[in-house]
Amino acid sequence: MIIRDVEVRNVQEVARGIFVLSFVSLELSGSTLPGQFINVLVQKGHEPLLRRPFSVYRVEEETVEIIFNVVGKGTVLLAAKKRGDIINILGPLGIPFGTGGSFRNAILIAGGLGIAPMPILAEHLRKNGKHIEVFAGARSGDQLALDHLENTHIATDDGSRGYHGTVVALAEQYLREHPLSEAKIFACGPIRMLAAVSAYAESVTIPCELSLEGEMACGIGICQGCPVERLDGATRYALVCTEGPTFDSTTIILRGA
Amino acid sequence: MKTGFVLRNVEFKNRVLVASGTFGYGDETRDLVDVAKLGGIVTKSLSWKPRDGNPPPRIAETPSGMLNSIGLANIGVHAFIEKKLPYLRTLDTRIIVNIAASSVQEYCDVLALLESQNGIHGFEINVSCPNVKEGGLSFGTNCDLTAEITSRLRALTDKPLIIKLTPNVTHIGQFAVAVKEAGADAVSVINTVIGMAVNAKTRKPKISTVTGGLSGPAIKPIALAKVYEVAQSVDIPIFGIGGITNAEDAIEFLLVGASAVQVGTANFIDPRTGVSVAEGIESFARDQALGDVGDLVGTLKAKKDMSVLQSWL
Ligand SMILES: Cc1cc2nc3c(=O)[nH]c(=O)nc-3n(C[C@H](O)[C@H](O)[C@H](O)COP(=O)(O)OP(=O)(O)OC[C@H]3O[C@@H](n4cnc5c(N)ncnc54)[C@H](O)[C@@H]3O)c2cc1C
Ligand SMILES: Cc1cc2nc3c(=O)[nH]c(=O)nc-3n(C[C@H](O)[C@H](O)[C@H](O)COP(=O)(O)O)c2cc1C
Ligand code: FES
Repeated sequence: MIIRDVEVRNVQEVARGIFVLSFVSLELSGSTLPGQFINVLVQKGHEPLLRRPFSVYRVEEETVEIIFNVVGKGTVLLAAKKRGDIINILGPLGIPFGTGGSFRNAILIAGGLGIAPMPILAEHLRKNGKHIEVFAGARSGDQLALDHLENTHIATDDGSRGYHGTVVALAEQYLREHPLSEAKIFACGPIRMLAAVSAYAESVTIPCELSLEGEMACGIGICQGCPVERLDGATRYALVCTEGPTFDSTTIILRGA
Repeated sequence: MKTGFVLRNVEFKNRVLVASGTFGYGDETRDLVDVAKLGGIVTKSLSWKPRDGNPPPRIAETPSGMLNSIGLANIGVHAFIEKKLPYLRTLDTRIIVNIAASSVQEYCDVLALLESQNGIHGFEINVSCPNVKEGGLSFGTNCDLTAEITSRLRALTDKPLIIKLTPNVTHIGQFAVAVKEAGADAVSVINTVIGMAVNAKTRKPKISTVTGGLSGPAIKPIALAKVYEVAQSVDIPIFGIGGITNAEDAIEFLLVGASAVQVGTANFIDPRTGVSVAEGIESFARDQALGDVGDLVGTLKAKKDMSVLQSWL
């Protein structure tokens, strides 16, 4: 885990309102695993006060990429960064996805910006010799960011591209028609989508890992600000930042779904 | 250059500590922070039994600040002794254990158990956490109860006993006087300020407990005023807390009467903030050709007779 000022290399709008920001950090590019995140201080000063967490999207040689949706103060500022600007990053943080293990087929399900950890995940899965199918959903076709992914199946809420409906419904339909044995599901996206994925995975007894988002102040386990309810365990809550953000779907309860 | 200070029988190497609940149990940041450069670490508040804390959302960002309703989530004093204290003992800094409880007896039980352990240099008593329905608020806003807790705990320990006061009272100075008379060695000023944040679109409060504790730069002016009031009211040392993010902030607290400071919310942005504050204070004092950082304490140039405190003191 490091805290560093890093230099922005590039910021690019890759889909409507969705930006990829790359920066230079050999330390991070060499050590980050799929599903891990970084906590970004978008500028010095008190506005906004806290860091913003983002999944690592891709690493390539000495550069690291994040992908984000412009939703508020922090992401507006990030989208306006130029080559050579300095941002401060803390990371890599959190528990990565389990990319090893005995499964042969990996099912990646992403809703909206849940696409963020998928390219780095797919790369590690490929290296581990796994077959990959990607299901990506968005509100509409112009909000899809599908670069660096293969075998993609698309769903949009408005039907403007691919399957008209939810990405989980699409995945269920596809997998019913093309069953995959020895599979494992990896999902990231809005809480309702994760709850649907989790229920589906349970119904077909496929192991499933979810990557959660939620409010965070520190990202490193010192504020107790990011609880998620455990299904069972010694304590009622787990911390998303240090015990997640990736969780086995059978170990947590998704509230607000 | 003298940077340290002595509280009761304990020497601190400098006047900067990290505040309770903002630095975990000290082990989470071991790769990032050289804690030997801090005056001390104040642990997360500990209670007798582990506490789950409040449901999410527990935090919301506000202008130059944040609101929290952690609900004193902690591992409990037994797990602390078993799992956290051995590591803390190895650190070259002072370890102040913060205690929170829901009854006077629980405060006594937790302190008595900790008193039997090596490696703890003092106690800070959280009577003021506004988040917990039973406990916190009721003790810290009741002067007699706060004094009673202080005198009961005083009887149990010879180590520095610091009472952490809440700003959510009309006259914090009266509380400082009461705990001093009850035997406290020092006071910490302030804990979080009651606050609220609302999402207009969803018409929902932004944290699950509706109201919570405000911290960060937004509360610094409040904290300075409270430290000033306490400094005018008692002559025991004050740990100034509230919105400190750099050395200049900390020096302002020393000037209005704090003997030392604690860095809280700023740790979430960078857990090394306390170290840079300590270094910054030292170089400020050197630039001013002071022999002792303590020479800054309580040297605010203000007309005392203009003070609002006159109305009740
Ligand atoms: C572990 C983790 C990984 C994440 N990875 C990504 C990522 O790869 N790409 C990405 O675009 N976003 C990601 N997020 C969410 C991202 O952190 C927020 O979108 C960002 O902090 C918003 O900052 P802002 O200042 O622009 O918005 P703010 O002004 O803070 O908020 C604007 C709106 O966004 C909502 N919001 C704020 N924070 C979050 C959050 N954490 N989750 C959901 N909604 C939020 C607020 O409720 C508000 O309605 C991740 C969050 C976590 C915890
Ligand atoms: C997330 C969070 C958790 C806290 N937990 C505790 C606690 O357990 N015990 C306590 O006495 N104070 C606690 N505090 C209060 C801080 O120690 C400090 O008094 C307050 O935040 C003001 O300082 P700051 O503005 O520098 O953060 C907490 C504050 C925050 C933000
Ligand atoms: S974000 Fe602070 S403990 Fe998880």
